[in-house]
Amino acid sequence: MTRGSIPILRVGSNLIVSVQRDLHDAIAEAFQEDLLVTIEKDGATGLLIDISALDMVDSYVARVLADTGRMAKLMGTETVIVGMRPEVAATLVRMGYTMAGVRTALNVDEGLIVLARRGRK
Amino acid sequence: MPKVLSRNEQEISTEDDVVVFRRKVRALAQQRGFDPFATAALTTAASELARNVLVHAARGLGVLEEVNDGRRSGLRLELRDEGPGIVDVERALAGGFSTAHSLGLGLSGSRRLVDDFQLESTVGVGTVVTVVKWARF
Repeated sequence: MTRGSIPILRVGSNLIVSVQRDLHDAIAEAFQEDLLVTIEKDGATGLLIDISALDMVDSYVARVLADTGRMAKLMGTETVIVGMRPEVAATLVRMGYTMAGVRTALNVDEGLIVLARRGRK
Repeated sequence: MPKVLSRNEQEISTEDDVVVFRRKVRALAQQRGFDPFATAALTTAASELARNVLVHAARGLGVLEEVNDGRRSGLRLELRDEGPGIVDVERALAGGFSTAHSLGLGLSGSRRLVDDFQLESTVGVGTVVTVVKWARF
């Protein structure tokens, strides 16, 4: 997968990305950099990362996702990870990785509600 | 010792090899009737262990076997490398400990995801990790 090939959609003041493929080393950094540049360019206040297509999240991918949220946060943008599958959630917790500090929501709709609430504060 | 019904070996020396290995594991687990939770657990363990080979030893071998102990059928993974070996196995298995700037969950995390976990490591010789996951119905 080449740089910029994960489509980034804009909805209001939020960006939505849907991760469809394994975020392995070669694309993880490009994914993060693309997102951060787009956040700045679009002035996005919220970022929603949909991982419902991922049937496996290992500690590496989990760290990429959590780091991405922390990077966005430093810029002033809130991140919500949505759509984690039941078997992925069970696996991460069994491994001892709870993704503490990462905001999550059941699906894209719920994630947008979380971001909207945040925006009104 | 469980009976080995099939065996597949694969070199692990690139990031793509890790992806290919875990996809093979997933495909076989699904084919053999593993439920989504057991499939995700074994696939994730495969990913962690294969990545460990890549990160710590640069290259190694991933073996995927279908096994049966007379009562149950399962899948066995064996990851072997001729890397530096693990100096402090207990500490490595305790988790939260990393020599390669990862989360340090590779070994401890994988151990919690499988039914049987064995690790043999000799400093300067290499490491062999063998795990088994039994199908649940």
